[in-house]
Order: sequence, then C-alpha cells, then structure tokens
Amino acid sequence: MQGYVVSLVIFTAIFAVFGLGLNLQWGFTGLINFGHVAFMSLGAYTTVLLSLQGVPLVISVLGGAMVAAAMGLLIGISTLRLRTDYLAIVTIGVSEMIRLIAVNEAWLTRGTFGIQRFPLPLATFNPAIPIRVGMIVLFAGVLGLGYWQWWRWLKQHIRQVPRKSLVKSSIVAFAYVGSGALLVYGIGATARHLKQTNALPPLGLGFGLFTATIAFIALYVWLARTVLPKVAEWSAGLTVVCNLILALLGLWIARFAITAIYQYDRNPAKTGLMFVAVLLVGLIYWALEKLVRSPWGRILKAIREDEDVTKALGKNVFWYKLQSLMLGGVIAGIAGALYAWQLTTVFPDNFQPLVTFNAWTIVVLGGAGSNAGTLLGSAIFWAYDTITRFVLRDIVPLEDSRLGAFRIMVIGLILIVLMMWRPQGILGKKEELTLGR
Amino acid sequence: MVDEQRTEAKGLKAEAEPFGEQPASIPQLLVARELCKSFGGIRAVDRVSIDVPQGSITGLIGPNGAGKTTLFNLLSNFIQPDRGEVIFNGQPIHHLQPHQIAQQGMVRTFQVARVLSRLSVMENMLLAAQNQTGENFWNVWFRPGQTIKEERQQREYASEILESVGLVHMAQSYAGALSGGQRKLLEIARALMVRPKLVLLDEPAAGVNPTLINQICEHILQWNRDGLTFLIIEHNMDVVMSLCDRVWVMAEGQNLAVGTPTEIQQNPQVLEAYLGQ
Repeated sequence: MQGYVVSLVIFTAIFAVFGLGLNLQWGFTGLINFGHVAFMSLGAYTTVLLSLQGVPLVISVLGGAMVAAAMGLLIGISTLRLRTDYLAIVTIGVSEMIRLIAVNEAWLTRGTFGIQRFPLPLATFNPAIPIRVGMIVLFAGVLGLGYWQWWRWLKQHIRQVPRKSLVKSSIVAFAYVGSGALLVYGIGATARHLKQTNALPPLGLGFGLFTATIAFIALYVWLARTVLPKVAEWSAGLTVVCNLILALLGLWIARFAITAIYQYDRNPAKTGLMFVAVLLVGLIYWALEKLVRSPWGRILKAIREDEDVTKALGKNVFWYKLQSLMLGGVIAGIAGALYAWQLTTVFPDNFQPLVTFNAWTIVVLGGAGSNAGTLLGSAIFWAYDTITRFVLRDIVPLEDSRLGAFRIMVIGLILIVLMMWRPQGILGKKEELTLGR
Repeated sequence: MVDEQRTEAKGLKAEAEPFGEQPASIPQLLVARELCKSFGGIRAVDRVSIDVPQGSITGLIGPNGAGKTTLFNLLSNFIQPDRGEVIFNGQPIHHLQPHQIAQQGMVRTFQVARVLSRLSVMENMLLAAQNQTGENFWNVWFRPGQTIKEERQQREYASEILESVGLVHMAQSYAGALSGGQRKLLEIARALMVRPKLVLLDEPAAGVNPTLINQICEHILQWNRDGLTFLIIEHNMDVVMSLCDRVWVMAEGQNLAVGTPTEIQQNPQVLEAYLGQ
C-alpha cells in the first residue's frame, strides 16, 4: 500500500507540474497548446542524456528546462503571430515530430529500445534519522503551507455565512454525501459479489449496473435540485463537507508519504523522487501564484481576453505570449525530468499525444486560470485512475482491454457533464471563463 | 538621426499647407501625410492627410464608410499603411509597432468600447500603467518590494481617475458588469492611465445616453484644459460642434474639407457628402 501511495503521489505531483505549465499558457494567456508533451519529452530526454554523461542532476534538469524553453522560443517566433487555432495545429504537429525524431534518431535516443539505467535523484542517499526528520519537517512544511492556503480560500467562501446556518447545512450536506457514498459502495459490493459468483450473465450484470448507476445519478441530481436548496446556505455546507473529506483524505495519504520518508532506506529511489517532486510542486506553485497576481500576470490575462486592447495600451503582446510559452515549456521540461525518473526508462511512446490530453483534462477539470485548481485536477485525475484501475476490474463485466477503453470513455463523459454543469471547472471563476468565449 | 527626423517632420508640416491651414506658430503634435490603404480592389484610404495641433480637440467626421476608423488604424499602426507617413511629436512612427506608439504617448480607443470584461475595473486601469517593475517576471520574484510599492502608487492614481469619471465605486467589479456608457467612460479613463499626450477617441458618444454624453464631453474639455490633446471621430454633430477646435472631413476614403466647426457646417461639399445632391 505504502509503495503504491508513494507512486501515486509522484504521478500526481508530476502531472500537477505539467498541468501548471499548460495552465500558464492556456488558462492565463489563452494559447491553445495541443503539443504540451513535446516540452515534456525534450525535458526528459535532455535530462537523462546529460546525466548519463556525468552531468550533475540539478544541471541536467536545468539543461532540459532550457532546451524546452528554446523549443518554446522556436514555436513562438514562427507561430505566435498566427491565430490561436493555427498555434494549436502547429503545436500538435511539433510534438509528434519530436516523438518521431526520438524514434528514428537512435544514435542519440536509442530509438524504440529506450534509455535505461540513468541516475535518479537521491537514489543512493541514505540519510541518518535526524536528516530524515528534517526532510519530514520540510515535507510537512510544504503540506502545511498548502493546507493554510486552502483554509484561507475556504474561509473566504464561508465568511459571509451565519454560523448557525453553516452548521445546519453542513449536517445536511454530510448526510447527502455520506448516503451517496454508502449507496455507491452498496452498488459496487453487490456487483462485485454477482460477478464473483457468476450469478448473472455478463450482459445482465452490465445492464443492471448501468441501470443502477443511472438511477443513482438521477436520484442524487434530483435531491440536489429539489431537497438541498430548501436548506439555507446549502452550497456553503456542501463546500465545507467536500473540503473536509478531501483534506482528511490528503492527510491520510500524507501519513503514508511521511512514513515512507522515515523508512527512507526501504525504497530510496521512489522516496527521494517523491520528496523532490512534492518540493518542486510547492516551489513552482508559489512562483506561479506570485506571477499571476503581478502586473506581468495581469498582462497575460489581458492578452487572453483581447490582444488588440493590450497592444493599444502599450504592451508588447508578442513578447509576453512568447514568455508564457517559454515559461510554460520550462515547467513542462521539469515535469519531463520527473516523469523520466519515475518511469526509470524513457521510450518515445511515453510521450504520446494522449499525455497532452491528460494535462488538458486536469486543467479543465480543476478550472482554467486557477493554479490551485490544476493541483486539485491532478489529484482527482490520479484518484480516478487508481480507483477505476483497481475497483472497476472487480465490478464491471468487461475484459481488461475493454475496461481500459471504458475508463477513458467515462472520463470523456465526466468532462462533458462538467462542461455543461460547470464550464469554468471546479475552482475556476465563471466570470473569468476561458472556454466558450 | 533624431535631428534629421525632426527636420523631415518639419518639411512634412510645410507641405501640409493645402489642407492644414494652421498658423505656423502652433506646433503640430500629429502629422499624417498622403496615407493610402487598399483592401483588395477597394481604396479605403486614399492619400489622406491630417494635422492635430498640440493642445487641441480635433474632430474627424464623415459619412459611414468614409474611412475614418481605417485612418485611426493607420495612425496607430494597427493596420500598416501602403504609403504615406505619420509623424508624432516630431518623430516618424509609421514603422513602429502599435504598442510602441502607445508607449510614445498616443493612445487610441475603439469604436465599440472594448473593456476587458473578465478583469475588474481596477485591473483594466492598472493594465494601462506604463513601465512597471512588475511587468518583468524576474522582478516579480526578485524585487517584490518595488513591485508592490509601484502597484500601490498606480492604484492611487487609477482611483483618482476613476473618481473623476464616477466609476470608483465599481473599481472591484468585473468590467463586464458595466453598462454601455460606463464602458465608454472606462475605456477613456484607461487611456488616460497611460499618461498620454494624444488620445484618439473613436465615437465616444455612440450608444451613450444624452446625460452621459454631456458628462463625457465635460471630462474631455477638462482633460484638454489640463493639456491633453484629442483627435475624435464622432457622428453626433452636437458633440463635434461643442468640443472641437477644428474639424477634418473625410468622404469615400479621401480628405474632403477642413476648418472650424462653423465653417464645416456651412461647407456645401460637406453637406452634399452627408445629404447627397
């Protein structure tokens, strides 16, 4: 369990960083980048190739980030004067080109054989107990800052709500969420039992499961539309309950991560990587939050909305778009280094266009133009991945290959529903909607 | 080099006599000569010249399709002219990018008010402030004190302007929540935030209720008394007559006439262009 949680935290952190890069480019600047994975692949290949030559890891990562930035510069210079949809086409083309170069230039990338046995961060590090405690304190510090930020956000949302109504609505919301969770568990457990005992033919089980799911959704949507609104400040109560559950879930996961650091020598490579990845997420998130709240970030948001007005007010739109593309590229390049270290082998097929669309899912889910939303989006994406990978297998009457397609189909369905119900994403602001302008 | 350009500008000013019958003592802030722009086979602007004296409120009128907005686009280089020259404050600017022209002190507004509706009114204003330390991302991280200090100063200045146009109570609202007239006011106020020398206003009274039109006119006159120069496209002749010192008339992409508002009102060519034969 601990090993899996560590791996899950690493993947969540990598895709949070990757998504933050895309969020800067698209969420804040409005640049449609369908080839974000190109920056990641350049970051990954450059980092591992440099480190294999004996270059220290920190410098290798910086090298990878610089190469990714240089590609951002090249794409930007040639395409940023075009309309956004042309940029989308060019970026997807470039990302495929980079992947095909990685496949064919075997002298450099070892082609489809991939690169293995490259140095990993902190893999040979065996810290003494006091250093491990120090690492835990640092890790907990980052986590604590995250929770503090979270609390401030939540407080702002519930500040206006009278205490009494908040308590009442939270109890109702808890009953709503709790009963829903129990019902989902019940449906899942029944289906699992039926599948294990072969009590129903696959088609019957599938139909039953489908009907139960639709009935559950219909019931809970109906409750949310008719019963919940009768309670004063119900949305504040629901916000509090959902945030509380997520916060507790986060602490439960953090417990495994902290234990892993304490038992560092059990799996130094993964624990070290988790430590580095979480620190990087914290650092990049902080740096981006500073930026997007500054005059620099304001210019990006203005460009997202109306380039002509921004030009008319004396801002060099081309230069700022270029900076956004390059900085987003640097961040994706760093994510690429982490990705390579996590996979421990680098193949061109690791960088399929699907990876870009995973980042898009994360950003859209969390809310474009919200860095915190991107972190949440990544956590939800990987939680979904884990839950469906291990749970659906036991419930849904499908073979493994079809189950994979089914999971992606469900993601698509969730995104469609989200776009209809909350197009700004979970934490995005409706007034600042990037989609559907 | 600069001197050469200044001499060139003076030369252009001298050539401007046929249309710009201005006394030589009034310095021209903006001089455009022989500007041409074609879209396919259509000549939208055909050898148009215009002068805007320093400290004036100059009007630009003409029937629909006369090429007035295209001329604005050419002056601010949102559209590159096929031919001709634009001299602003003694310097040629037709080779500059639109943002560089704004940085030089010539700001434009748009025919349909274009506020950034997903930013707050205050953010719209702050965006227009020039040369802020925090416009460089490196400074945001490594010179946070200076960035915050400047931001505070700019906020105060923006609040002053918003107060003067009666929008200060809306400062934290999204600009998308403003009415059409308020958007016009915000657009003009935002242009002032650049601390310009010349403001090009494209139909400031269009779609605005009469009370607000009066307010806008009063503000323009006040800012003009404070030393700001305006070039205004406007269809509302009452506004043109009450504001402008001098009016240029365009028709079918060409200069038609120039003179004081009273002269223009009595000019038979202008009446013909507006009303037909």
